Amino acid sequence: MVGIVPEGAPTLVVGGKRIDGRAFDELRPIRMEVGVLNRADGSAYLEWGRNKVMVGVYGPRECIPRHEADPFRAVLHIGYSMAAFSSMEERNRPGPNRRAREISKVMRHAFENVVLLEQFPKTAIDVRCEILQSDGGTRCSAITATALALADAGIPMRDLVTSVAVGKAGGELMTDLGKEEDNFGEADMPLAFSMRTREILLLQQDGLLTKEEIQKMIRMGFDAAAKIRKMQVEALRRKYK
Amino acid sequence: MAVIDEVVKDYIVGLAASGKRKDERSAMQFRPFTVEKNPIPNAEGSALVKLGKTSIMIGVKVDPCVPFPDRPDEGVLSTNAELVLFASPTYEAGPPNENSIELARVVDRAIRSANAIDVKSLLIEPGKAWGVYIDLYVLDADGNLFDAACLGATAALQGCRIPKWEDGKVIRTEAARTLELALKPITCTFIKIGGKIFLDPNEDEEKAAEGTLTIATTEDRICAMQKSGKAGFTEAEIGELMDIALDKSRELRKAI
Repeated sequence: MVGIVPEGAPTLVVGGKRIDGRAFDELRPIRMEVGVLNRADGSAYLEWGRNKVMVGVYGPRECIPRHEADPFRAVLHIGYSMAAFSSMEERNRPGPNRRAREISKVMRHAFENVVLLEQFPKTAIDVRCEILQSDGGTRCSAITATALALADAGIPMRDLVTSVAVGKAGGELMTDLGKEEDNFGEADMPLAFSMRTREILLLQQDGLLTKEEIQKMIRMGFDAAAKIRKMQVEALRRKYK
Repeated sequence: MAVIDEVVKDYIVGLAASGKRKDERSAMQFRPFTVEKNPIPNAEGSALVKLGKTSIMIGVKVDPCVPFPDRPDEGVLSTNAELVLFASPTYEAGPPNENSIELARVVDRAIRSANAIDVKSLLIEPGKAWGVYIDLYVLDADGNLFDAACLGATAALQGCRIPKWEDGKVIRTEAARTLELALKPITCTFIKIGGKIFLDPNEDEEKAAEGTLTIATTEDRICAMQKSGKAGFTEAEIGELMDIALDKSRELRKAI
């Protein structure tokens, strides 16, 4: 373990357990529901630990602004947004900040891989993710819920997208960092996968790690994503029961 | 789309002439509603309101702020509305439009003029006070955002936590006290279609409406009003609607 432990940082690993009592490869409780909104063409609500995310999808529909329309494929608009009241700290000013814009961009790229955009030329598919409550891992929650909302809207995809973060805190590699592990840990690596092709569609990372650690973390990510994907499929099936 | 809108509008106007509604409600009947309190524990206060197919999440954050120079002994109350893009196919990205600004301002006036919150009690020390920031997040828009938003704002403020202030720092994990509203403002929104008046319009009815009147009441008085749309209301109509608002608001206030 390297780096300076910041002042007031909690001890993140005690007696082989994490700060919330989880094992290193254990996910927080996850709950998913599909088709939760009346107006949107597709929607999903997801709780992941204390994260609460609502996603709504419209489209394929007319592309606005029109000059963005592509004659060969649909344009995918993805907006990630944190509600003003979502965090434990001060109110967030509504509207996209630099962080939200970056997350929206890498999320879009992940979904451009799986959505069959070429089937809907000159249109737009509009996705909005609203983080109603944040608890570390909001982008992974948003991606996992977006896949459900797109499927709920009946938009053809090559696969669902499944996302989870893997990181290092208190000297240990661990799956699905909580807020403290994210804030005070050594490294964080949000990942998104297509589990069918076993490709990584989103990858961000910060913190000092060895190559071997990163390789192990990717394997941990795949293992966790397999569990999450099962929940996604179950959530979609529940809607049609 | 536009053709269907016209057909639906004609149908609603036709029904309204005989005092009927598409969803078979009586003229002065609210849609079924629910109020879920404190769905967002990270916020100091919150409520999720569903009114028919309309759904609004209200969050209240309480942050330290500098009082306004002309009111140095008072805290700050601020209301903002976000029409979340997935709430309606017609919502577009961009700066707040006139509808979201009107929604925030009408709810703000209802709460402010009812003196629901004792703003003087929000002063921490000279030059430092609590700011109470109400954010109305419209998640599903099917008409009458005003009444759902005001009901939710009142519910979210009631029992809202005021954090502890210690050595110039906010301690959010501990509440120094909770807000207790002196009066609970509630709005009732009426529309006029072909001279007939109806309570709690859904979106189709709003599109067919010639005018809207929102009346905010406390337990026994009127605290704010807003008329919009081109239709006029007579003195007799306004008198009658004030009575109905005072009466009907009790149903909603009970849910808080």
